[in-house]
Amino acid sequence: MNVGVGLPTTTPGASGELVLEWARRAEAGPFSSLAVLDRVAYDSLDPFASLAGAAAVTSRIRLATMVAVGPLRPTGLLAKEAASVHALSGGRLTLGLATGARPEDYEAAGADARGRGRRLSEQLAYLRAGIDAERVGPARDGIELLVGGGSGPAFARMARYADGYAHGGGPPRAFASAATRAQAAWRDLGRPGEPRLWGQGYFALGDAERGDEYLRHYYAFTGPFAERVVAENLTSARKLKDFVRGYEEAGCHELVLFPAVAELDELARLAEAVA
Amino acid sequence: MKVEIVGGGPGGLYLAILLRRADPTIEVRVLERNAPDATFGFGVVFSEETLGALRDADAETHLAITDTFARWDRVDIRYRGRLLSSRGHSFSAIARTRLLEILQRRAAAVGAELRFGVEVDALPEADLVVGADGVNSFVRRQRDFGTRVAPEGSKYVWFGTDLVFDAFTFVFRETEHGLFNVHAYPYDERMSTFIVECPEPVWRAAGLDEMDEGESLAFCEQLFARELRGHELLSNRSLWMDFLKVENRTWHDGNVVVLGDAAHTAHFSIGSGTKLALEDAIALANALERRGWDVEAALVDYELERTPAVERTQTAASESAGYFRRVGSYAHLEPLQFAFNLLTRSGRITHATLGVRDPHFTRVLDAWLAGGARELEPAPLFTPLRLGDLTLANRLVAAPDAPVAAAGVVLTGFVAVSPEGRITPETPVVDEWQPPPGTVALQLGHAGRRGATAPHALGVDVPLHEGWPLVSASPLAYAPYAAVPRELDEEGMEVVRDAFVAGAERAAALGVAVVELDLAHGYLLASFLSPLANRRTDEYGADRLRFPLAVFDAVRAAWDGVLAVRLSVADGARGGLTVDDGIAVARTLAARGCDLVHVEAGQTVADDRPEYRRGFLTALSDRVRNEARVLTLVRGHLTTPDEANTIVAAGRADLCILDLPPARIETPGEAARVGAPAREAVRR
Repeated sequence: MNVGVGLPTTTPGASGELVLEWARRAEAGPFSSLAVLDRVAYDSLDPFASLAGAAAVTSRIRLATMVAVGPLRPTGLLAKEAASVHALSGGRLTLGLATGARPEDYEAAGADARGRGRRLSEQLAYLRAGIDAERVGPARDGIELLVGGGSGPAFARMARYADGYAHGGGPPRAFASAATRAQAAWRDLGRPGEPRLWGQGYFALGDAERGDEYLRHYYAFTGPFAERVVAENLTSARKLKDFVRGYEEAGCHELVLFPAVAELDELARLAEAVA
Repeated sequence: MKVEIVGGGPGGLYLAILLRRADPTIEVRVLERNAPDATFGFGVVFSEETLGALRDADAETHLAITDTFARWDRVDIRYRGRLLSSRGHSFSAIARTRLLEILQRRAAAVGAELRFGVEVDALPEADLVVGADGVNSFVRRQRDFGTRVAPEGSKYVWFGTDLVFDAFTFVFRETEHGLFNVHAYPYDERMSTFIVECPEPVWRAAGLDEMDEGESLAFCEQLFARELRGHELLSNRSLWMDFLKVENRTWHDGNVVVLGDAAHTAHFSIGSGTKLALEDAIALANALERRGWDVEAALVDYELERTPAVERTQTAASESAGYFRRVGSYAHLEPLQFAFNLLTRSGRITHATLGVRDPHFTRVLDAWLAGGARELEPAPLFTPLRLGDLTLANRLVAAPDAPVAAAGVVLTGFVAVSPEGRITPETPVVDEWQPPPGTVALQLGHAGRRGATAPHALGVDVPLHEGWPLVSASPLAYAPYAAVPRELDEEGMEVVRDAFVAGAERAAALGVAVVELDLAHGYLLASFLSPLANRRTDEYGADRLRFPLAVFDAVRAAWDGVLAVRLSVADGARGGLTVDDGIAVARTLAARGCDLVHVEAGQTVADDRPEYRRGFLTALSDRVRNEARVLTLVRGHLTTPDEANTIVAAGRADLCILDLPPARIETPGEAARVGAPAREAVRR
């Protein structure tokens, strides 16, 4: 299993300078990927702009959306942004897409939340089949596609169009159960081999309390679920190691750890803990 | 801190005890509608797990309860005049009155206030309000918990009897109206619970809907006179009821929380309702103590901790409820298989776990499946199967993406009847196809509107830039950016039918053992079956089976070997084919000479709503096999030989494709060995 790290693009107050420095240090650290989340109605940086920035200061590390909310963007524009990051990074993009859970993001983006599952399927088909590729460049070939979501249709969509599954976070047993469903869908759709399985978690190894506060705020819209996310925040090296081991045993291929506190010191602590 | 508990059943009382034990300064009051000695129902049963959690939570109650327990380890199944027994199970039961008495006494002793005869008509004021007030919870109705309540299973009535059974006893009795069944168990030294159950149509046919309490008791007494051996049934407001399944999106709102039946119910046939309520009380009390009596945080913990376990139990309970509703369709099974099917109905007992509890039972079962007593019985997967004129060595089916050594039959991937019928440019066409070695089943199909797509390494239903013209039942594109197919005309149908026949003839010439016609996953023949894909106004729309049956009949006439059909039994999409529709199709096919149905579901349309999990097609295969009475092949993500052994032994399918975990088939060398460890693992 590879371990990746999230960029602090959805932690309010993180400066552009910090984000780029974070990317440089992640490239130098024991991480295989650098990932971003996607929010509109929140004090956060755009995922594709952030990955483009990261592309400019790195050369090795994989760049991933974990995940981007596809239907927030018109399909041609989504393809354009993704393919641009892919081009700027020399072919290092992993594009994780899902429908997202927050109506206010759709509202703020001026997109219709109704029919978002169907639209995401269309976007995936568009990306995969190279629809309009001669008109809407650059080339999308070689972009690794992941799909997230926990419903039956989401797993079917993943198996139909993507290279793997992007899990939304939770304890290892939740990941294992989703992985089983992803594999079942993969076989049912007749895909050869196995889906790539990406997992994620949050960490705050320096200032746990600040990290918990952030997660409470970020997930406030989910009601009681926010406390569950807080409870799973990886606030000690011990907890983190157990989590990493649990994911590895559950068959995860790439585990991305997102910072709940945007401090370079946190990245250093993480690098030490996973090394 | 003040806690008001509405409902003085086992869950509410137990919570009162635990809270007072944890902190005697907490004011705890239990408000119960009835008198202390009023109770409904007779004995309550605890199945499977021990009540170890109770011992840790409050040793004194644990001791008082378990001292009173009636215990036994045997399940008796009375079916078709036979008595089948299985040992090694662990059951205990107690009179409901006795359980309440113990809990009431203990609650009072630790200083909880118990108030009886109190009708609660407004939420009490307190730091924490607990709704432990049962299925029809008043507390739950005062807030929005996202509640769903729906009847589940069959009609049932709860009696007592002064006959003391010495095992958990299932009785099945065929009548002119249909099948009745009984769940009976002892709960003290003088009495047993005796629950009579039957599906609603049977209940109506027997006239039970018109009978009063006394008449229905007399009816049941007479029906089960042989089992009652002269003893009586006793009524205690014993009326026929529907079991109500209660689910809630959340179990708490502010400082109001529900537990036990108010929060969730699980069908009585797996005997876990009281256990769940007591475990809820333990989890809630622990969470409160751990969180320093921070109610909001504790209620989140409580719900998060309990939800997964409760959902698992509810799933098993629903499986069990469904089993008893459909049990009439298993009445053709031989007694031994019927019994194993019953024991494994909820998915909590498997062939392997039963083998540990009751090795004698599985040994006898395995011997029967193998067709006679031998010294070393093979596991059910490794028993031969008679399929048409063929005898397969075992029940394992190898597929291109599920290789297994020494499989009874090797199923090919999709082979197209013609170049236009290919799915991708890589799909083999039967004209040029060569069979692999072994006993081969040729999967013969026409892709229809799912044709002209990119190789599956890239994705599925990803249209080619330059494809070929597509045909289907109706001109509807399958997936985004897919080409719109041409509606197949009569001439086209003849061409397709002839191509299928030619394919079967080639199969015969090549020595193939089985031809499997593809009527699944939205390919051409399947597109005729479903109203979602077939919008024709001609006779092929009025009778959607017409063209698929024409092809089937033509192939059947030209092909002497075993003929199988791969069938999407249900569309899993709004307005599509239901399971009942699919079973009717299977029945029709079987009547026309179909030897085997390869059970599939969905993919009729790209935006269907599949439910993926381990064994996601097993229930469907079970229904096809036992209702359409045809042999079945099932896949559906079975990842262990034990799952397949259980399925075969229980008569839920005859053949299985295993999807072993990826690590075990990473290299071809390992793939070849997969059959061997599988076999050894299940042998004794």
